[in-house]
Amino acid sequence: MSKVRVLVGTKKGAFILTADGKRKNWEISGPHFAGWEMYHLKGSPVDPNRIYASQTSGWFGQIIQRSDDGGKTWNTPGSSPEELKGEGGFPKGESNKFVYEGEPGKHLWYDGTQHPWEFKRIWHIEPSLTDPDTAYAGAEDAALFKTTDGGKTWKELAGLRQTKSHLWQPGAGGMGVHTILLDPKNEKRIFIAISAGGCFRTDDGGKTWKPITKGLKSPYELPDPDAEVGHCVHRIALHPSKPGVLFMQKHWDVLRSDNAGDQWNEVSGNLPSDFGFPIDVNFNEPETIYVVPITSDSLHYPPEGKLRVYRSQTGGGEWEPLTKGLPQKDCYVNVLRDAMAVDSLDKCGIYFGTTGGQVYCSPDNGDTWSAIAQHLPAVYSVEVQTLK
Amino acid sequence: MIRVVLPFHLRNLARVGSEVELEVAAPVTIRAVLDALENQFPVLQGTIRDHGTLKRRPFVRYFACKEDLSLEPPETPLPEAVVNGSEPFLIVGAMAGG
Repeated sequence: MSKVRVLVGTKKGAFILTADGKRKNWEISGPHFAGWEMYHLKGSPVDPNRIYASQTSGWFGQIIQRSDDGGKTWNTPGSSPEELKGEGGFPKGESNKFVYEGEPGKHLWYDGTQHPWEFKRIWHIEPSLTDPDTAYAGAEDAALFKTTDGGKTWKELAGLRQTKSHLWQPGAGGMGVHTILLDPKNEKRIFIAISAGGCFRTDDGGKTWKPITKGLKSPYELPDPDAEVGHCVHRIALHPSKPGVLFMQKHWDVLRSDNAGDQWNEVSGNLPSDFGFPIDVNFNEPETIYVVPITSDSLHYPPEGKLRVYRSQTGGGEWEPLTKGLPQKDCYVNVLRDAMAVDSLDKCGIYFGTTGGQVYCSPDNGDTWSAIAQHLPAVYSVEVQTLK
Repeated sequence: MIRVVLPFHLRNLARVGSEVELEVAAPVTIRAVLDALENQFPVLQGTIRDHGTLKRRPFVRYFACKEDLSLEPPETPLPEAVVNGSEPFLIVGAMAGG
């Protein structure tokens, strides 16, 4: 029988939740890396036992961890007992070395001046769809790094920051590459998103990039209606069967593109608020998408204190609230951009975590929900692996 | 031997106890101790000092013999009590975070 493994990154450690395909009875392991901020964990689609994790701290910086046994044991890449045998050495610190290529340069700062690029942390790790040793890492300050040796060493794909990066500016949460989408039908094509840099695409494996922001409107933050960069994109998502169709939750507005980001159209429709962070696509239905409306940019909690996931089965425009099993009063949590995921079972499971430490699961496309963890630290990220 | 006390999270990362001992050739400076520490435990590279610049991370502090050495130049010689091993060199996570 199939199983699911949910990887949860929180403000104070990582947790791994497992269940069989019914997704009713859950076991929780953790905290892994107790006390550290775990921005993101994600497994390789090629080798599900290989999981990459971003462990970070305001005190001690960035650490990359890797598990090769499904999260039971962890090592900084290059430091497993096997790799050290016969070497007479100790773990190497290269796996946490993220150095910008060349002169780091400057970006726009809050006061309108130019500010030097400074590496702070890795927000998101996206393992390759074909090679377990290859992965991409999205950094704050915004840049994209790549490893081809299982995380032992990382090299910047510096072409991204040649794309008007002097006009990128940190959002309130920092200026990080938070979304990395790999096109399953075109290995040279990658989409990334940055708050508040915008949304970009490469068609040559990361050498050159172009902004894909036509149709985005940010009248208060970016008075120039033709601004190519600087949009506060919160999240983008695609369905593997239709990678040319993108969905976006922007600071305000929910949008879709039917041509790989060349043109965006708003599909906020009847949402109670089109502000929010995550957006995701049902694994079995490429036109069924999910968002979690948040009251506003000033009020980061659900409208009316009701935690509602909204589902559109028409690829946007028409939305329905999903409430069964979710708190419908006195709920003032947020759901962060990397904290929603879907599994690939026949009845698609939808998962999301809150800043209040709950992780919710719907085993039936969003129709009903239950909390599968209730008292974790603030949830930063949720990923799910479907295991055969 | 130079004794170095690590903060909780770095002990866990390096998989050591609260104190480690290092061989450090004279002159025993802040930089020499940190170089030796990172050489023996490379997983600590980047956690105390930035990779590229080797500048002390903002929320890491250095103490020895009840003195705060955090703002001293890296070439600063450490007190004799640290050099002869009667006192440890302390690496501390600064109180911060509110």
